[in-house]
Amino acid sequence: MKLTLKVWRQKDSKAKGQIESYQLDDVSSHMSFLEMMDVLNEKLISEGKEPVAFDHDCREGICGMCSMYINGQPHGPDSGTTTCQLHMRSFKDGDTIYIEPWRSAAFPVVKDLVVDRSSFERIQQAGGFISVNTSGNTQDANAIPVPKADADKAFDAATCIGCGACVAACKNASAMLFVSAKVSQFALLPQGKIEAKDRVQNMVAQMDKEGFGACTNTGACEAECPKGISLENIARLNREYIAASLTSDEH
Amino acid sequence: MTVLDSKVPEGPIKDKWTNHKNKINVVNPANKRLIDVIVVGTGLAGGSAAASLAEMGYKVKSFCFQDSPRRAHSIAAQGGINAAKNYQNDGDSVYRLFYDTVKGGDYRGREANVYRLAEVSANIIDQCVAQGVPFAREYGGLLDNRSFGGVLVSRTFYARGQTGQQLLLGAYAAMNRQIGKGKIQMYNRHEMMDLVIVDGKARGIIARNLVTGEIERHSAHAVVIASGGYGNVFFLSTNAMGSNVSAAWKIHKKGAFFANPCYTQIHPTCIPRSGDYQSKLTLMSESLRNDGRIWVPKKMEDVEAIRSGKLKPTQIKEEDRDYYLERRYPAFGNLVPRDVASRAAKERCDAGFGVNETGEAVYLDFASAIQRYGKEKALVDGVKNPSKEQIIEFGEQVVEAKYGNLFQMYEKIVAQNPYKTPMMIYPAVHYTMGGVWVDYNLMTTIPGCYAAGEANFSDHGANRLGASALMQGLADGYFVLPYTIGDFLANDIRTGAIPTDSSEFEEAEKAVRERLDFFINNKGTKSVDHFHKRLGKVMWDKVGMSRNEQGLKEAIEEIRQIREEFWKEVTVPGGTNELNPELEKAGRVADFLELGELFAKDALDRNESCGGHFREESVELDGEQKGEAKRDDENFAYVAAWEWSGDPSTSNLHKEQLEFNDIELKQRSYK
Ligand SMILES: Cc1cc2nc3c(=O)[nH]c(=O)nc-3n(C[C@H](O)[C@H](O)[C@H](O)COP(=O)(O)OP(=O)(O)OC[C@H]3O[C@@H](n4cnc5c(N)ncnc54)[C@H](O)[C@@H]3O)c2cc1C
Ligand code: SF4
Ligand code: FES
Repeated sequence: MKLTLKVWRQKDSKAKGQIESYQLDDVSSHMSFLEMMDVLNEKLISEGKEPVAFDHDCREGICGMCSMYINGQPHGPDSGTTTCQLHMRSFKDGDTIYIEPWRSAAFPVVKDLVVDRSSFERIQQAGGFISVNTSGNTQDANAIPVPKADADKAFDAATCIGCGACVAACKNASAMLFVSAKVSQFALLPQGKIEAKDRVQNMVAQMDKEGFGACTNTGACEAECPKGISLENIARLNREYIAASLTSDEH
Repeated sequence: MTVLDSKVPEGPIKDKWTNHKNKINVVNPANKRLIDVIVVGTGLAGGSAAASLAEMGYKVKSFCFQDSPRRAHSIAAQGGINAAKNYQNDGDSVYRLFYDTVKGGDYRGREANVYRLAEVSANIIDQCVAQGVPFAREYGGLLDNRSFGGVLVSRTFYARGQTGQQLLLGAYAAMNRQIGKGKIQMYNRHEMMDLVIVDGKARGIIARNLVTGEIERHSAHAVVIASGGYGNVFFLSTNAMGSNVSAAWKIHKKGAFFANPCYTQIHPTCIPRSGDYQSKLTLMSESLRNDGRIWVPKKMEDVEAIRSGKLKPTQIKEEDRDYYLERRYPAFGNLVPRDVASRAAKERCDAGFGVNETGEAVYLDFASAIQRYGKEKALVDGVKNPSKEQIIEFGEQVVEAKYGNLFQMYEKIVAQNPYKTPMMIYPAVHYTMGGVWVDYNLMTTIPGCYAAGEANFSDHGANRLGASALMQGLADGYFVLPYTIGDFLANDIRTGAIPTDSSEFEEAEKAVRERLDFFINNKGTKSVDHFHKRLGKVMWDKVGMSRNEQGLKEAIEEIRQIREEFWKEVTVPGGTNELNPELEKAGRVADFLELGELFAKDALDRNESCGGHFREESVELDGEQKGEAKRDDENFAYVAAWEWSGDPSTSNLHKEQLEFNDIELKQRSYK
């Protein structure tokens, strides 16, 4: 099929960016979206032009690296799909496709479609862990049974890939879904409950510091999340946060 | 010829590790604060090593080329992690895991290392559960297990089809705790460009900040390389796009021996390729072979009817299907090890029975599992006399709970519903058992330079069993390196910080800059990918699933030619002082082009079949094992460790003789 691509080009974080238009004539519907981008880049290189920079690695929907805003939707039109899992059969001959980076003050553009998500890192560093050393002296793994339902829910929350689509989808650029996924995973497990209060407070404080917006429950994040992370997690975070604030000794 | 000293401790195998830990030097906590350690890589091996070393008190600097340590390629591991817990009470033990791993590796691994791996395996699971890794559980709240290929017990722990993700996020969380405390300095989007050796010891690295292009000097008292495997030398593999050999290759060129480069794992169950634009291949986890049955039609006319769309696989009658693994290997059936399953698929497809247009695909069928689980669930749920449709519905629910994300992944790529029609699969490059040679302490032949995880060669011999890479990565990082590195660092408590203004750093930096400038200024006519794809094709055709002398000699010649042309004709747009993915790729492909030749040379040298390395000249000619791979213990029971000497063609071979005191060398039979 033939496609017109309108791609955001921006030399570096300081430069002003703009949309450039490219034409591709021979795109197969079996290709993945990123393979289509590879074809575009090979063409640009052969014409002596600079290829489009974009983040990607695993190309199977698990590393969370890919991050394109396609026709106004994070990760494009298909639901439950990362950019790298999107295939060209979701488009048709003659389509014009707009490809832009995530847009959020907390995710500055590095180059073209690549953004800086280190704000997510700092939130995790503020409390996204259980304080246990790797000494090899832990108790037997089966010493504390965990109800299957809790373990399954913790797992579901833990499948967040840290891509940032939830932020890109949200009109307030809120990071609540991302933060709540980690808070929920640990809040649901006996091993994580011990530090639950500090964890939720520290992670939320860091989230606010990074300049993410407030959550007004529009649900756009859940709709666009490629891993189906549920809004229930945000509700759980709110409960955890209120409980922590009421009983915390810190001010 | 130098004798390689594996430093395997004396004593009975089951006491070696304990005795060793008791005897080696340790660094006291106050002194650890004076010591810097660089860890390149944040996958399971590097991430767990960095977190553990920082917890112990060392000052750690960690590097990864992705924008977060959590995105290391380990994240993609699907099926599970082995541990000798014997929770299923099916006769598992440290010895059995040890035995299975040595046998699975076709007796080409180092016994003592493998035993230690089995010994610490149980602790890994304890550790991960304590970190909040949400493994799959049974209704009673205890941990669930599944089986993997090449073994007869159920010892694989898993988190649906995302085990690697959950384990890596555990290690990542442990790292974050230390980053937050300032104990680990994290360098995301940084690539190690070279190793710096001072007075014969690894004392630092040159790194490139991938965002600004800045070249940086980082010093330390020891350097750990945990940069993953080199399967991408084939261009197409199940590895992530950025996986590369460069960090390992750089230390190789500075003196670290590279062991068994030809040992590659071709995984039997991957989604077949679809076109020339293909950028990578996708694995369908081995765990699927617990429930999926592999087959092709028995009759050629059925194959043709399927290819032309006249028949659907579901229409082929039971008696017209050839479940060739069950037929050839009744004891292990669909759960034979990967190398055996891959060759069997190739054998059927070469004989013309492949079921897609390219003739390179076989079926992986879940229909009988859906039936079996459906009936079981109906019983459990108290549904009497369930209808056919109900059984299928129930069965699909059970299968979804076990493998949901894999089925979804398949459907997204192939646009077919694997609950209703069998999956099509074909072998693909997946893992590299070869890697940097290390001794029992995981130290390379460069003092102070260590290698961990897939980057080293040590535990899997010539074939890795499923769910054992995750185990090895975490064993190396959580439980081995943190002890063994102290033995070396104990001599450094008075050294003080290593200065970065020495001539050694100066020279290493200069060489790195020159190479980067070369790429930008070369202004050739062909892209980096052009060369990478050509290299990959030679590797797959002549150094792939089946190898012979003539093909290997041709491969060596062809790779040399591609390499020469690469240096003349490669073009890299943009500049050095910016984010430049093409420049990153150029450096990696340059290294693959050297590794590829050594790889073929190693395969040529090893004139026996063992594990994933199959030489057509070396097969059983008669008896029950006719046509199976034939090992030659008399001449090849060694680790081939190559020493760099300026060009792959002149690399020197050093042999570490393998001794088997606790396991008898036997023909590996899965019949
Ligand atoms: C699709 C797939 C599924 C798998 N499933 C399983 C499974 O179910 N069970 C199992 O046991 N094994 C599985 N494996 C194998 C296993 O995942 C890997 O062998 C293992 O995760 C490797 O871990 P690692 O820590 O050695 O390296 P990796 O996870 O590959 O990490 C490499 C790290 O090194 C960094 N790096 C590399 N080069 C440089 C450089 N020059 N400078 C700076 N940083 C660098 C990267 O950024 C990264 O952080 C699977 C593999 C694949 C491909
Ligand atoms: S919650 Fe969903 S959208 Fe947000 S980072 Fe996680 S996976 Fe991505
Ligand atoms: S490239 Fe890894 S999730 Fe898309």
